[in-house]
Amino acid sequence: MITEHKGARHPGLVQLITPDGERVSHPEYDPWVQDVGDDQLVGLYTDMVIVRRIDTEATALQRQGELALWPPLLGQEAAQVGSARVVRTEDFIFSSYRENGVAWCRGVELPDIIRMWRGNAASGWDPYTVNMAAPQIIIGAQTLHATGYAMGIQFDGADTAAITYFGDGATSQGDVNEALVFAASFQVPVVFFCQNNHWAISEPVALQAHTRIADRAPGFGIPSMQVDGNDVLAVMAATRIAMDRARRGGGPTFIEAVTYRMGPHTTADDPTRYRDPNELEDWAAKDPLKRVKALLERKGLLTDQLLDEVEGKANDVARQLRKACVEMPDPAPSDVFRHVYSTPNTWLDRQEEHYSRYLASLGDPAAANQAEGATR
Amino acid sequence: MSATMIKEFRLPDLGEGLTESEILNWRVNVGDTVTLNQVIAEVETAKAVVELPSPFAGVVTALHESPGTVVEVGKPIVSFEVPDDGGTQPSANGTGAAADEAAGAEANPANGSAKREPNLVGYGAMVEHSGRPQRRRRAGIAPAVPAAPVAPEATASTSAAEPAERPRSTPPVRKLARDLGVDLASVAGSGDRGLITREDVLGAAGKASESGTAAPSDGQRETRTPIKGVRKATASAMVASAFTAPHVTEFLTVDVTPAMEFLDRLRSGKEFAGVKLTPLTLVARAVLIALKRNPALNSAWDEAGQEIIQFNYVNLGIAAATPRGLLVPNIKDADALSFQDLAEALAGLAETARAGKTSPAQLSGGTISITNIGVFGIDAGTPILNPGEAAILAVGAVRRMPWEYRGKVKLRQVLTLSLSFDHRLVDGEQGSRFLAEVGRLLADPALALTMA
Repeated sequence: MITEHKGARHPGLVQLITPDGERVSHPEYDPWVQDVGDDQLVGLYTDMVIVRRIDTEATALQRQGELALWPPLLGQEAAQVGSARVVRTEDFIFSSYRENGVAWCRGVELPDIIRMWRGNAASGWDPYTVNMAAPQIIIGAQTLHATGYAMGIQFDGADTAAITYFGDGATSQGDVNEALVFAASFQVPVVFFCQNNHWAISEPVALQAHTRIADRAPGFGIPSMQVDGNDVLAVMAATRIAMDRARRGGGPTFIEAVTYRMGPHTTADDPTRYRDPNELEDWAAKDPLKRVKALLERKGLLTDQLLDEVEGKANDVARQLRKACVEMPDPAPSDVFRHVYSTPNTWLDRQEEHYSRYLASLGDPAAANQAEGATR
Repeated sequence: MSATMIKEFRLPDLGEGLTESEILNWRVNVGDTVTLNQVIAEVETAKAVVELPSPFAGVVTALHESPGTVVEVGKPIVSFEVPDDGGTQPSANGTGAAADEAAGAEANPANGSAKREPNLVGYGAMVEHSGRPQRRRRAGIAPAVPAAPVAPEATASTSAAEPAERPRSTPPVRKLARDLGVDLASVAGSGDRGLITREDVLGAAGKASESGTAAPSDGQRETRTPIKGVRKATASAMVASAFTAPHVTEFLTVDVTPAMEFLDRLRSGKEFAGVKLTPLTLVARAVLIALKRNPALNSAWDEAGQEIIQFNYVNLGIAAATPRGLLVPNIKDADALSFQDLAEALAGLAETARAGKTSPAQLSGGTISITNIGVFGIDAGTPILNPGEAAILAVGAVRRMPWEYRGKVKLRQVLTLSLSFDHRLVDGEQGSRFLAEVGRLLADPALALTMA
């Protein structure tokens, strides 16, 4: 019943909210978001404003020397919030490093979101507390993890699903192609959620994809959808369709959410060196927050009180994030040995013992800290 | 009114492992009240131009660096007066702690000024310019302590207790000292951290280098010379050329054994007796022949007139290292010269230039240039165009190298040609064809019969 393109069919980009904030109907996708009333819409808007605020605060913290690095998600709020909000608690998420908005929706604590970016820990959180794996830095590797996890779901006969987030550049990776082959071969309950943000660091998407990214999946025997990734409702509908199919034993689905990375690749990148400023201007007109705000205005819901409330919430979150960041205690020197093996290991124990003896030989704790810093 | 305190903001590592950044401009002045995350400056790193958001809400009390300054990571760049609210502002190990660390560093006389700040983002960025923590020095340079990081205090004390250290120098200079009978222990090093340089050894041997650039004996560590004359002209010409003409450089390595054999035959014959014939003579001739067939390389871009000038003559420039600096005198109407006249003009040009007698007329009006880097034993380079010209050819050294010759590996005489051209005027096809033709003429000089 849902329009998909296997091969030559190109139904075009699915959109439920236009950039001007007009709600357009779509017979196949509308039923999947009919439960989204005014309150839910305000909730989604609040989420997106908060996620953007987290992102800008973390970017500022990096510029102030409090984070080592940060991958901004500016412009991708709808793609992340819209999808993450419809993933069930018992489903499992495998993301890349840019899905900090997904992590926030998932209930990851603020300090845990930034812990790794501060260089404070190898990973921010225990994946099983929130059913979301630690962000994968290796491009596309998480698609294999998700596929493997989904094979496990299949073995268990559970009615859950896995969803994996990656970018347009990752679709060129071997890992992603292997994951697609495996997922199709075993018809496992996994959703491939590709945020096509148009730039693989400095390479434009058109260089790596001579067809639409969504058109690649049918070649693997996986149905795909292409939705406006800056349209939170279209993203929600598509994600629900795909997750529902996965849970019912229908196999994998590929979603291409067409969005735009409005900031740099990371705080160490300068997009003005490779990107036409006109392009940014075009996409600013399609801003995901702007259009929900416009929709709320059309519906008469956009009051000053609401705006103040949302801004207040976002500022609170930003304050908490900053406080958590600058007050985060340094890890102990021996923490480096903690998460290497899950079971005792005599080699590692010996190394730790040598290291602690070495630190002790330095006498004062300041020297120990110094040594620890230098060995990092 | 609540108490206030001064907070310093130290330049963080804004990329991944960067050591310094340039302050482009300040967006605030001393006395301004700023809010948290207000943009206070624009900074350029090796990777990006970024805006610096203020880490504090308060009043700017000092801007420690002026725009245009390159600042090392970890150096204070701005100070703020902020309310003393019991230390909720920033981190225990971020910028705040860095200031405390700095105080500790100053208390340690052996450690000098700059040291790596163990703040969050400073680890990857080694202070490169001066005053490295002593623990980072290698054995032989600094005292023989373990390479592993230890407390600076420990290193400092070891330093004093280690008198019998080998004087710091480099292997070639040690050999020079041995050859000249100079005891390095008696020489005061003038180089970086007391490194004994070639000049120090020559000075000690009473044979101070004739070059005026040797370190003065009064212990001055650097010599400052005003930028003027040929150096200034060369600098502005190179900058103008490099940043107006989009350069492309192509390389071609050629088996020039036939050309060298040909040269030998010419030298031993009677016809050119007394004429100085060098590989450069043949290269120049090959350039002139190939230029006839590829005139685009003998042209100029007239920005003011919005015209392309095609020269129907060749004024062949030859770059020459002279006591005054780099000069590029040219041979007028080189394309009209006979082989013998060309060879004599080349020899004369170099002699005149080295004698410092090159006339201004010889320096102007060039249409294409050759630079003979082979005389310095160099193989290839990316020459910068003489301003106003469309191409420059760098001629590398002729070397005997294993080379494929008639299906076998033989020792052949091989030379690399490096051609830079102005991509506004010359397309890759034209440039490539020209370079290939010069190469073919050197690989098989008899081809000149078919091309000239």
